[in-house]
Amino acid sequence: MHIGDYRVTYASDEAVFVNATSRFWLGILFIFLLTFPFLAGDYLLFMANVTGITIIGAVGLNILTGFAGQISLGHAAFIGVGGYTAAIFSSRFDIPFLLCLLLSGIMAALFGIIVGGPSLRLKGLYLGIATLAAQLILEFVFVHWESVTGGIRGINLPTPKVFGIALDNDFKFYFVILTLVILCVTAARNLFRTRVGRAFIAIRDRDISAELMGINLLQYKTYAFAISSFMAGVAGCLYVNFLKTVTPEYFPLLESVRYLAMIIVGGLGSILGAIFGAIFMTFVPEMIKSLLGLLGAIFPTAMSFLFPFQQVIFGLLIVGFLVFEPHGLAEIWYRIKNYFRLWPFEH
Amino acid sequence: MDIFLQLIVSGFLVGGIYALIALGFVLIYKATNIINFATGEFMMIGAYIFYSLSVYLKLSPFIGIPLVIVAAALLGALVERLILRHMLGQPNISIIMVTIGLSSILLGIAEIIWGSSFRSFPALFPRKAIIIGEIVLRSNLFYGFVTAMVVVVVFLLVFKYAKVGVAMRATANDQIAAFSMGINVKSMFTISWAFGAIAASLGGIIIGNIGGVQPTLGHIGLKIFPIVILGGLDSIMGAVIGGLLVGILENLAGGYLDPYFHGGVKDLAPFVVLIIILLIKPYGLFGTKEIERL
Repeated sequence: MHIGDYRVTYASDEAVFVNATSRFWLGILFIFLLTFPFLAGDYLLFMANVTGITIIGAVGLNILTGFAGQISLGHAAFIGVGGYTAAIFSSRFDIPFLLCLLLSGIMAALFGIIVGGPSLRLKGLYLGIATLAAQLILEFVFVHWESVTGGIRGINLPTPKVFGIALDNDFKFYFVILTLVILCVTAARNLFRTRVGRAFIAIRDRDISAELMGINLLQYKTYAFAISSFMAGVAGCLYVNFLKTVTPEYFPLLESVRYLAMIIVGGLGSILGAIFGAIFMTFVPEMIKSLLGLLGAIFPTAMSFLFPFQQVIFGLLIVGFLVFEPHGLAEIWYRIKNYFRLWPFEH
Repeated sequence: MDIFLQLIVSGFLVGGIYALIALGFVLIYKATNIINFATGEFMMIGAYIFYSLSVYLKLSPFIGIPLVIVAAALLGALVERLILRHMLGQPNISIIMVTIGLSSILLGIAEIIWGSSFRSFPALFPRKAIIIGEIVLRSNLFYGFVTAMVVVVVFLLVFKYAKVGVAMRATANDQIAAFSMGINVKSMFTISWAFGAIAASLGGIIIGNIGGVQPTLGHIGLKIFPIVILGGLDSIMGAVIGGLLVGILENLAGGYLDPYFHGGVKDLAPFVVLIIILLIKPYGLFGTKEIERL
């Protein structure tokens, strides 16, 4: 049990993992994540991989929207830019997977900067509408620039290789994704211990005050878009390599909305929230599917309501969380944790 | 030249109908500062209710349309009372996401009730095509435009002269001043959601009458954004002008550019223009510049 918040050195004040308890539980989590693929079946392994990729994307969006306060309705399009970059480089130019990963990130970051550039002049609602337009324009490009993107048929990718090992099944892919998730999450967590991250938060809380305190708004808003889109690009590269194909259908407006829903359900402005949100939003539709599958035994037509049912639940989750628990799952998690931490002396 | 005129005139007519839907958006934004992403879904629900009334219950449009107005007003007021009232003072992102969530709920419910298949409307207007000079217009489009314009004018008159309209304008202008003059600001919010839902669902009936109705009809709601950016988020006349401009623009773009890109330009062009406008004028063409103070 850990009691109080007593720090006597700067080192302990700056520590990422504040105390032995949290280090212990993180160790347990790490061991679990390492042994998971040996125990899990094909389906769970596949879902875990998808979730991992989604986590990278959601953390990226939470940096931009949750921490820097810039609304983006175009996150899926940035993921798409990363995905297409990876597909084109690996299928046409035989560029190795790890280099593709970097290039996808950089390309997406470039697009992020182009779209985010006007964010100095655009605020709130207007920025939301501008990113919506960017999403639709990029979607159009994916579909219609057939000579490069392959149109609606898309592009098939070769099997990616890491250090000579071909990632030809979900099991091997799991470890690549796990490594990248840990890298991204650690990087994001540490970002908010630096000047840049603190500046993002200042901009979110009140941009004019931030500017008065000497934060260059254009520079830092551009950073926010670049970092967020970089992660989106990495997620896109992983996603298309994992599925071995890319089509415009992977990156519709609805996907952008789904990512926003994730960080809201998980908790805006919280890295942990982005992780929770990504896990939650990946598994809830699956749970609805299996629930309707069970109902199908009684009502044979139940399965035909799958899509509308998911729509309704999706909407209810967003509205419900915003109305009743605006800080999301992360807040619930802290409450539960604090309950046990302080037990039995709650006050 | 004939094609050019034809495109312009039919674009103008479509734009008039867009203007009505955009009005449904602006009415809500003006009074409550809420960007309603569910306007398209209000429109779709209105069209479906009208469809059910006239096909299943075989009611004449003269009974059906008033019933749709009542239903839409109830839906709008209910949404405001149950959901948006809790969101007062929340950050923009939350409010945007709440209306997106709402649109997802409405879309799902519509699909559960009416199914996802396409349904065509019974004819509301005479079928004979309208011919002006060398321009041939589909009768649905022409009469739809006329109806939409009549509704828009009625809304404008209500705003200008009716007591409730004046109260709504006062609320939009300055909430605290309106409050101290004895206007119930909260009920004004409810009323503007009801009005917004009515305008959108009437637009939905007109659009459904032209092209039939299916759950994805609400996607037309996305077109509102270029319209209101052109016309200003809080200007009713701006919505009308923006609607007409977007109608013409997308028709011209569709007519001349679609063959080169295998379709899709029609829906995209307004958004390209939107981005260009926002780059030059960050608050839209006629929007109110927000002045921020610390």
